[in-house]
Amino acid sequence: MTYLFETDDHTALRAQARRFAERHITPFALEWEEAGEFPRALYRLAAEAGVLGVGYPEAYGGSGGDISHALVVAEEMVLVGKSVGTVVGLGSHGIALPPILAAGTEDQKQRYAGPILRGELVSALAVTEAGGGSDVASLATRAERNNDSYLVDGSKMFITSGTRAEIITTAVRTGGPGHGGISMLVIDRRESEVAVSRKLKKMGWWASDTAELSFAETRVPIVNLLGNEGEGFLIAMRNFATERIFLAGNCVAIAELAYREALAYARERNAFGKKLTAFQVTRHKLADMATRIAAARALTSEVVVRHVREEPVTSLAAMAKNTATDMCSFVCDQAVQIFGGYGYMRESVVERLYRDARLYPIGGGTREIMNEVISKLEGF
Amino acid sequence: MKILVPLKQVADPDNANKIKVTAGKIDTTGLAFKPNPFDEYAVETALRLTENAANTKARLGEVVVVAFGTKDVDVMLRGALATGADRAIRVDATDDALDGDLVARALKAIVEKEAPDLVLLGKQQVEGDSNQVGQLLAEYLGWPQATFAGSIKSEADKALVVSREVDGGTLNLKVTLPAVVSVDLRIVNPHGVKSMHTAAAHAYPEGVRFAALMAIMAAKKKPFAEMKITDLVSDASLKVTYGSAELPPARKAGIKVKTVAELVEKLKTEAKVL
Ligand SMILES: Cc1cc2nc3c(=O)[nH]c(=O)nc-3n(C[C@H](O)[C@H](O)[C@H](O)COP(=O)(O)OP(=O)(O)OC[C@H]3O[C@@H](n4cnc5c(N)ncnc54)[C@H](O)[C@@H]3O)c2cc1C
Ligand SMILES: Cc1cc2nc3c(=O)[nH]c(=O)nc-3n(C[C@H](O)[C@H](O)[C@H](O)COP(=O)(O)OP(=O)(O)OC[C@H]3O[C@@H](n4cnc5c(N)ncnc54)[C@H](O)[C@@H]3O)c2cc1C
Repeated sequence: MTYLFETDDHTALRAQARRFAERHITPFALEWEEAGEFPRALYRLAAEAGVLGVGYPEAYGGSGGDISHALVVAEEMVLVGKSVGTVVGLGSHGIALPPILAAGTEDQKQRYAGPILRGELVSALAVTEAGGGSDVASLATRAERNNDSYLVDGSKMFITSGTRAEIITTAVRTGGPGHGGISMLVIDRRESEVAVSRKLKKMGWWASDTAELSFAETRVPIVNLLGNEGEGFLIAMRNFATERIFLAGNCVAIAELAYREALAYARERNAFGKKLTAFQVTRHKLADMATRIAAARALTSEVVVRHVREEPVTSLAAMAKNTATDMCSFVCDQAVQIFGGYGYMRESVVERLYRDARLYPIGGGTREIMNEVISKLEGF
Repeated sequence: MKILVPLKQVADPDNANKIKVTAGKIDTTGLAFKPNPFDEYAVETALRLTENAANTKARLGEVVVVAFGTKDVDVMLRGALATGADRAIRVDATDDALDGDLVARALKAIVEKEAPDLVLLGKQQVEGDSNQVGQLLAEYLGWPQATFAGSIKSEADKALVVSREVDGGTLNLKVTLPAVVSVDLRIVNPHGVKSMHTAAAHAYPEGVRFAALMAIMAAKKKPFAEMKITDLVSDASLKVTYGSAELPPARKAGIKVKTVAELVEKLKTEAKVL
């Protein structure tokens, strides 16, 4: 199934993304997942194929379109490429770039957006710290003014594309405690030294590199401040809804792939002299999977449309994320079950998807934090 | 140079296991369709011949794509426009009312109207693998033809040097334009096409180019004409009719043998290969 909002443009775009994935991802998916990394050259190829810049304005090197277009490109790349890690790694600018475009000066936008969207520079967003991710307002990494620079001290945890990103959109504390003391800096590794303390080993998302980063008197020019001092928390928050819709879309794509794999397997696999689809329990499993995917897709579709219409969607985006992550975990678990012993083996795609799925109730705001958001906005 | 490229939509070859035959006819319901890959190579070739790779936005020629089919093929034509083709023509028809000969005759009428310098086709479509249209069209037009082009070099857009892979080597031939050329897979190699506009050393990315979202949106504004097959030919009768189709017989399950001795025995008595 496709999203209800899709037009001919989305259909054509899906075909492009499919062709890109067939040529540049699918043949290498397993290799990259096992290696924990995909080649840097893929950013350039994705930019040339017009898939990297979807959802970003043409004026800054993007391909135009909005989140609805970006969502179908990501879905098609997951469905065809079958490496979620590659797609999310390739997409880390999806959280790193919007703060620059929303709060940056014209000069900052020109300096970073073009090279990132042309696939020349890799970008990351660094908010989370080892001491806590949900409670963003208490982050501890400090930035002290020193003439025309900031000196940054501290560390960041779980940073997607952190080992090789040149451009790191980083939340730091310039003022007192609480969210009012947070500012957002663009740390450019070509001029500022940032150490990778660890390349982290993860449960899923293997092809996407994740790092712990550390800053020791890292000198960052004050011209790299986004907006004003103290606006960092607000700048980060402005992209939360988009990020959560995007993660919901990821879940729909992953579940759709797991479902397709499981259905194909159930049609082929024999047990007790019959195809697995000849057992009512299997058919009902597949029916439940398809039903939940359809429901999550419908809600995601609705929130996309409202977001594009510029309605406030913070609460609905949190609901969509929770609906989609629950659905995705369920569907991947059922898919592994249908695969039996093979579902537990690394050679099967569903084994990988099962691990990938576990990230989504944690990353981009946990399931519990989503409920906190909903509770607050619904006024309980 | 003005180039005409006919396109056909085919059932995705990846669907082969979903094909059903009902009462001797292939049942296409539920199948996914995509542009015939060789036709996509022809569009790519045409674009490379009509641009300078250093600035692909400035068109240095015209590429007209044409397809025979129902509205279902519009997606494919729009896709070709999005990658860079300049105009599209859809000739309204259904597959069962077409054969290679009728398509070639209709294309002849379009060629007479459009007066292209070159007709570029895929070497064959991957459904029926008939490999007829290009050759018939050249014959009907009385134009020179070169089939299965693996590379093309334009000589000032007056003639093309076409190389075709043959047993034991490559055959190079020169055709004076106007001509009919059909292309093979190798044409989309980085150096498959040498146009008079692009630096000879330029290496294209392997394969068919992608269309960015902006181009997809802009393609909707490009000229798109529709016509009926009877606008082109007075006699729409077919020379080829399909009798019936049947699926290959299902493979029987294999057998398991317990010992090498049993295997040897079966190879002797049943397979009779020893
Ligand atoms: C693979 C991966 C990639 C990531 N990529 C990035 C990245 O690129 N950039 C970045 O900045 N971050 C990234 N993160 C971090 C991610 O955003 C955090 O993991 C997430 O926000 C949760 O923070 P935490 O891990 O510190 O958990 P904690 O905040 O310590 O939470 C632990 C548990 O306590 C619960 N909890 C916390 N507060 C409350 C509350 N008030 N009420 C109820 N329950 C609560 C949580 O829901 C959770 O279940 C990534 C994480 C992972 C795993
Ligand atoms: C890590 C690991 C270690 C193992 N170790 C051993 C070992 O040491 N020795 C050994 O002999 N085996 C071992 N196994 C194999 C294990 O016992 C089988 O994987 C298990 O019995 C399931 O069989 P299967 O994988 O062939 O799945 P299948 O039998 O193909 O089943 C696939 C799916 O169809 C369902 N299904 C099958 N029949 C029916 C039915 N009649 N009605 C409804 N649903 C049905 C199943 O429940 C399952 O969901 C191991 C497996 C793993 C993953």
